[in-house]
Amino acid sequence: MDIVFDLVAWACIVAGLFFMLTGTVGILRLPDVYTRLHAAGMTDTMGAGLLLAGMAVVTVEGMIHGEAGYGFVLVRLVLTYAFLLFTSPIATHALARAGLAGGVQPWTADEEGGA
Amino acid sequence: MFATATVGVLVSMSLALVRALLGPTVYDRVLAVNTFGTKTVLLIAVLGFLTERPEFLDLALVYALINFIGTIAVLKFFEFGDLGLTRRISREAD
Amino acid sequence: MLRAIGLGAVLYGFWISLSGHYTPLLLSLGAVSCVLVVYLSMRMEVVDSEGVPLHVAGRFLAYLPWLMKEVFVANIVVAKTILHPKMPISPRMVVFHGSQDTDLGRAIFANSITLTPGTITTGVHGQEFQIHALSAADLETDEEEQMDARCTRVERGRRA
Repeated sequence: MDIVFDLVAWACIVAGLFFMLTGTVGILRLPDVYTRLHAAGMTDTMGAGLLLAGMAVVTVEGMIHGEAGYGFVLVRLVLTYAFLLFTSPIATHALARAGLAGGVQPWTADEEGGA
Repeated sequence: MFATATVGVLVSMSLALVRALLGPTVYDRVLAVNTFGTKTVLLIAVLGFLTERPEFLDLALVYALINFIGTIAVLKFFEFGDLGLTRRISREAD
Repeated sequence: MLRAIGLGAVLYGFWISLSGHYTPLLLSLGAVSCVLVVYLSMRMEVVDSEGVPLHVAGRFLAYLPWLMKEVFVANIVVAKTILHPKMPISPRMVVFHGSQDTDLGRAIFANSITLTPGTITTGVHGQEFQIHALSAADLETDEEEQMDARCTRVERGRRA
């Protein structure tokens, strides 16, 4: 039983790290600020979500083993993710709008000769 | 398990810092700092589990809120040049 | 008034779930601060259908699983694009016509679009949503239309 929990937790954390690192690589590779926002969104949704899910699995395992007070840990994990889900799109939207208002032109593939 | 997660989050934080240093526009830097903040939230949470002190999650929760407010404040500063102005007041002043 | 009571109940539930202490002193302190927050919110006139959208809360929670599935699928697509050696992106701005009536519905729709990697709402003018897409392929699917219909359903309930 514990092995199942451990495997699920490992899978969640490794997948979360994968999405987080991919998002960061995207932030480095993509050409302009608007396209980088897409990559940053990946980190905020899947990267954070799967990492927190992995921690939630470990917490549930602890609860089954009778650790008192782990229910509150679970509540906090869910709330952290809820905060991230609510704030991330607003920050992204504000950043995109501020960029447009500041006169940063979106990069297009056509200008670069279809690069 | 959480040691791996800590290392992974730290690596991705340093990559985000590279973008913050490279720029080129100020919005790229704000974006990088915002992502860095999200990763800090996760780092605090992971460290809490690594040291078996899940109370750290309270800090993560508060940091998530501060990070969001900080990003919005910086963006507002660049858009209006002032933290006190709002769109409605600036329109009335026109 | 019902909204004010609902807001107070939600705040108190939030307090209890974070505090973890059930002594009379702490419980009453929590109640006092919740009443204070509700009073201040009423003075700020934010306790309305937009500030305390309790009427859509149930439908919104029912919408979340579908949204998370979409986020997951879009994440895999964007991850493939980023890790592709040639990085086949073709970013563009498009205008999408949404069908929501209220600002609350538009906010839910705009944030759902932004939350899905590959598409970002950069501006909302009335019912026109200005969207920045990472690649043209993201726009060929009918994901936006489906999301639009579901957000309108969240906003209006059974009537839609």
